[in-house]
Order: sequence, then structure tokens, then C-alpha cells
Amino acid sequence: MEKLEHELWIVQAVNAAFGPAVRAVLRALGRPVPEGAHAIPDYLVMSALIVVAWIAVCLWLRSRLSVERPGRLQILIEDGLSLMQSMINDYVGHKGPRYLAIVTTMFVFILTGNLMGLVPGLKSPTGNINVTLGCALTVAVYYHVEGIKEQGLGSYLKHFAAPPGAPLFIAPIMLPIEIISHLSRVLSLSLRLFGNIFGEELVILILFSIIPFLVPVPMMFLGIITASLQAFIFVLLTTIYLGGAVATEHEHHEHGEMVAGEV
Amino acid sequence: MSKRFFVSVGLIVLAIGFVSPLHAQEAAARAATSTEVVRWSIITAGFALAIAAAFGAISQAKGLSAAVEGIARNPSAAGEIRGNLILGLVLIESLVIYVLLISLILFFVKPFPV
Repeated sequence: MEKLEHELWIVQAVNAAFGPAVRAVLRALGRPVPEGAHAIPDYLVMSALIVVAWIAVCLWLRSRLSVERPGRLQILIEDGLSLMQSMINDYVGHKGPRYLAIVTTMFVFILTGNLMGLVPGLKSPTGNINVTLGCALTVAVYYHVEGIKEQGLGSYLKHFAAPPGAPLFIAPIMLPIEIISHLSRVLSLSLRLFGNIFGEELVILILFSIIPFLVPVPMMFLGIITASLQAFIFVLLTTIYLGGAVATEHEHHEHGEMVAGEV
Repeated sequence: MSKRFFVSVGLIVLAIGFVSPLHAQEAAARAATSTEVVRWSIITAGFALAIAAAFGAISQAKGLSAAVEGIARNPSAAGEIRGNLILGLVLIESLVIYVLLISLILFFVKPFPV
């Protein structure tokens, strides 16, 4: 589709500024960029934009925080954080507070990334499989590492073989099932987010090429709803997987609950 | 430089190992396929999407009706039921999205050039 490669001026500007340097580095590493393509792909430019914008917002906010007389924005942010904290505590238990930072950061990144596509001149980075796969792999590595840190390597691996309370001889059946289910978590997290955002973008694009006047607006409204819902679901599933990984013996949920919640 | 560090590095390397097979597909040549294969792939994509949407809608309707009935019986549990409902709906919806992805690939990325 010819419309899919619409040039964004931000991407062109960044490539004009940093393109030659990146091309030289990539050529030196043995992976030269073909001539017609941008050296820095559009999803990378958009992700960098999200990071830079949020760092700027947070630094500005930090200078206006106060304990005695909080402004409205501060109260709003504290409310949002406590909502996120209560969701984490529901699923992870009392070790919740240490995961607040990464979960909230993923939520903010994915929400901003999803909603950017509705702004003219910007494009959703999460509409590209590379970005969503990156987020899913981060979550996967993170919850495995946290589980190993929490329970020790041997005990964590034993949970794969035999859920607590089950006899040991079902290990040859459980092990492949558990491994496949953990791999499918990565696949489902990345594909769900990618499919929703890319599909939404494509539908809006197609509607624009048919009737550009008022018809895409309901689809863009649906896009706002889908964007927020998908970001929330991503972090909800992250929290559930974290809870499943770090739960120790005396507060273990029904292990069947985690397996049943799969794709 | 503890065991923790090596475990995390090892897991990251493993994760990268999962995506490296994707590079192999760039070198595959694309032979021209007959128009009949292209036509059948488009028809298949349409049917697949219709079937996926139908079954997805039925399963979500069953879940939704059970959730609403649960809220009607026990209005004080509405918040928890709503949370579980959203989670269930999104998990079912993701299956339909996978089929949508395949259909979009068949329609627009055109892996079978004529």
C-alpha cells in the first residue's frame, strides 16, 4: 500500500541530523543500511521521542512537588500511583511495592505509544512488532529473574516440574507444558499489543483513503479506547506473571489459576 | 558480579537467541506463485476472519452474561467481577486478533506475489 510509507517530518529531521553518523557506525559493524531506507527507523524515533518527552515532564514535575501544599496535578498523580499499587498488591501480595516502578513505566510508555498514533504527524511505535516484542521480552526476562531472586534457582525450576501439592511423577508431563506456556506468554503479549494497534492504524488509514471527511472519527474514538485498554491489559498480565513467579510456599495461589489464564 | 548478574545476562542472551532465527527469512527468495493460489489465499483470509469473529463474539457473550448475572446477584462484588471480566474478554479477543493479523498479512503484505 503506497500510503503506508507516508513520510513524517520528525523522522526526516532526526535522520537528517543523526543519520550519517548512525550509517557510519552500522557500516563499521558490518550491517550497512540500504540506500533508500532511513538509518534510524521511524519506530525508534518515536520511542526516543516518548522517552525524552516523559523525562522532561518528570523533571519539570519534580521541581514542583511539595508535601504541605500539593497541587492538583500532584494529587492526581498520587491517586494514579496508588491505584497501580493496589492492583500490584492484589496479585503479588506483600512484596508489591518494589515492582511499582517498572510496571508504571511500562504502562506509561505503552499508553503514550498507543495514543501517539492518533496525533497527526506522529506514529505509534507500538504498531511495530519490534517494539512490542521488546516490551514482551523485557517483561519475560524480568519476571524470570525476579522469580529466581525470590525463590532461588533450584526451587524456581522445581515449580516448573511439579506445582506444589502435586506428586513428583507428573513432572515429565508438566515440564513441556509449562515451558510452552511460558513461551506462549511472550508471544501473546507481543502479538496482542501489536495486532490491536497496527490493526487500528490500518483501519483508520483505509477509511481515510476512502472518505477522509468525518467517517474516520468514530474509529479514532475506538482507537482511544483500545489504546488505553491494551496498555492496562499489558501491565495487568505483567503483574499476574510477576505474582506467579515470586509467590513463595506459604502464600502460593492455586497453580492451576496461572496455567488456565493462558492464551 | 554475583550469581544474580550471570543469571540475568544468561536469560537475556537466551531471549536474543529466540529472535535470531528471524534473520534467516530475509534471504529466502520469492518465487512467483499462480494467481489461483493468490485468490484462494484471499478467500481463505476472509473466511478465517468471519469464523474467528463469530466464535469470538459467542464466547465473549457467554462470559459477559455470566459476569452481569454475577453482579446482579452480588452487587458489592461488582469491582472484582468487572476486573475479571475485562481480563477474560481481552484474552479471548487476542485470539481473534491473531487471525486478523494473518488476514492482514495475506491481504496487504502479500507474501505470495503474482
